[in-house]
Amino acid sequence: MKPLGKNGRKKLEKVHIRLRVNGEETEVAFAPHKTLLEVLREDLRLTGTKHGCELGECGCCAVLVDGRPVLSCLALGVAMEGHEITTVEGMAVGTELHPLQQTFAELGAAQCGYCTPGILLTAKALLETNSRPSRDEIKEALAGNLCRCTGYIKILEAVELAAARMAGGQAEPAKETIYGWE
Amino acid sequence: MKTFANSNARDFQQAVALVQQTRQQGRAASLVGGGSDLLGLVKERIVNPDVLVNLKTIRGLDQVRPSNGGVNIGGLITLDTLSRNDVIRRQYSVLAEAAETVATPQIRNVGTLAGNVCQRPWCWYFRNGFPCYKNGGNTCFSFGGENQFHAIFGGGPSYIVHPSDTAVALLALDAKFRIVGPSGERVLPAAEFFALPQQNPARENVLAADEALAEVQIPALRAGTRSTYHKIMDREAWTHAVVSAAMVLEMDKQVCRSARVVLGGVAPIPWRLPKVEQMLSGERITEALAAKAAEAALEGAKPLAKNAYKVPLTKGVVRRTLVELAARG
Ligand SMILES: Cc1cc2nc3c(=O)[nH]c(=O)nc-3n(C[C@H](O)[C@H](O)[C@H](O)COP(=O)(O)OP(=O)(O)OC[C@H]3O[C@@H](n4cnc5c(N)ncnc54)[C@H](O)[C@@H]3O)c2cc1C
Ligand code: SF4
Ligand code: FES
Ligand code: FES
Repeated sequence: MKPLGKNGRKKLEKVHIRLRVNGEETEVAFAPHKTLLEVLREDLRLTGTKHGCELGECGCCAVLVDGRPVLSCLALGVAMEGHEITTVEGMAVGTELHPLQQTFAELGAAQCGYCTPGILLTAKALLETNSRPSRDEIKEALAGNLCRCTGYIKILEAVELAAARMAGGQAEPAKETIYGWE
Repeated sequence: MKTFANSNARDFQQAVALVQQTRQQGRAASLVGGGSDLLGLVKERIVNPDVLVNLKTIRGLDQVRPSNGGVNIGGLITLDTLSRNDVIRRQYSVLAEAAETVATPQIRNVGTLAGNVCQRPWCWYFRNGFPCYKNGGNTCFSFGGENQFHAIFGGGPSYIVHPSDTAVALLALDAKFRIVGPSGERVLPAAEFFALPQQNPARENVLAADEALAEVQIPALRAGTRSTYHKIMDREAWTHAVVSAAMVLEMDKQVCRSARVVLGGVAPIPWRLPKVEQMLSGERITEALAAKAAEAALEGAKPLAKNAYKVPLTKGVVRRTLVELAARG
């Protein structure tokens, strides 16, 4: 017989798994049916990863697994052993923001900010394989990330500006991006 | 989400044995590849597994390997890796193009080829838990209800359209499926893998509950063969085909030696058009012939109350795809 929990229901057997999150090795114990999203938010208290549709439709739960964007709501925590996970908490180095975080803030590419972590990470993965993507390539890469606030234009501009800066350019945003059309 | 245990499979034989054992104990087991379809179904309580058998721990079946002039593709390859593979892009472009139109980049990074082919329907009644044929009931709500995206061919008693983009391409390439079950393996042509609802309205293919799709085998193509996948969506990205066409043409200069033409988004299985294929073989593909082929393609279509728009749309897709592919040179 399995031991019973407080409420009289069968107690769940937990799995103990070593995860590598944002460069740090941790051991976590959680029920095997938990998604990576739940493990990150509930067991590791990394609440930067957002919880949206839960069905693969919105992209706000995207994290990087071995450098590739993946929906954490549709991945199981148990499947992550041996993989390197990056969440939005792992983007800044100390107090220095990632160039994408910087340009998103400068250009107002985040409003409510709920979609932003997933977009930042997906864009980060893009810039790591394609340092100067065209606007169409950015749109394609972000096709799985919905944003209900910004209208997307500033998001695309912020990715372009970060790409230009990361490539060593002295790039400034276009004037109308900040002040709008006269 | 419903609670379940996880077991990591070493190989396909072990995976199907685990499924069989679990079922013999009166518990439910589900195979899981990338999980991008299955976990959604579990969250919605459409599927209620006690044990998930994880296939991603099986090694060696996530690659494209040459074989007798053709290729064998492991069922666990992700759609992203498949769509970027050089051999597939060069020789089997219909499959690369189909894989790269699936869903979103994040889903293509985890979704496997086998999972894509075996994904359950996306009919809104099924996904919202209505007690229809696919959910173990004995009625179809779409037939007299919201059937905008449903079948115009081969429907009844369920009217789903087969949701997989890669399945359409695989049928056009005359692929074979290597299936592993508890008592051994069998290899089936794609054409015999997919099954109409009149055969069994609860299922989309002939896999038994304890069988798994391990590998896809694609034969060598003759010199001069070219292929493409054309997908129409109700937005530019992110979603299943409203209508699609996979075409493989063996060309000798301007003349089509043989053709394979398969439609997606119109029927409960990838829908092959043998009559159209016959019309094309031995002919020069002109605008006029393409238009005739498009008419022939839609013969026998039986639209439902809300999807008649698919008839002219599909005609346009067939005509345009043929003309564009023939002109590619
Ligand atoms: C927002 C969204 C948009 C989508 N758009 C598209 C689209 O445009 N085109 C398209 O084709 N698909 C689309 N899909 C479906 C998606 O492509 C599939 O979810 C994915 O390909 C399934 O692969 P997987 O490895 O994650 O499968 P899983 O979720 O692991 O499995 C899917 C099903 O197949 C079974 N299964 C898995 N592996 C095997 C095997 N080896 N043998 C037998 N059975 C197996 C599972 O038990 C389950 O029932 C979309 C999904 C979402 C969420
Ligand atoms: S089309 Fe199929 S899945 Fe949809 S309601 Fe009818 S039986 Fe169910
Ligand atoms: S919460 Fe994962 S895609 Fe919406
Ligand atoms: S900033 Fe609000 S959803 Fe994107």
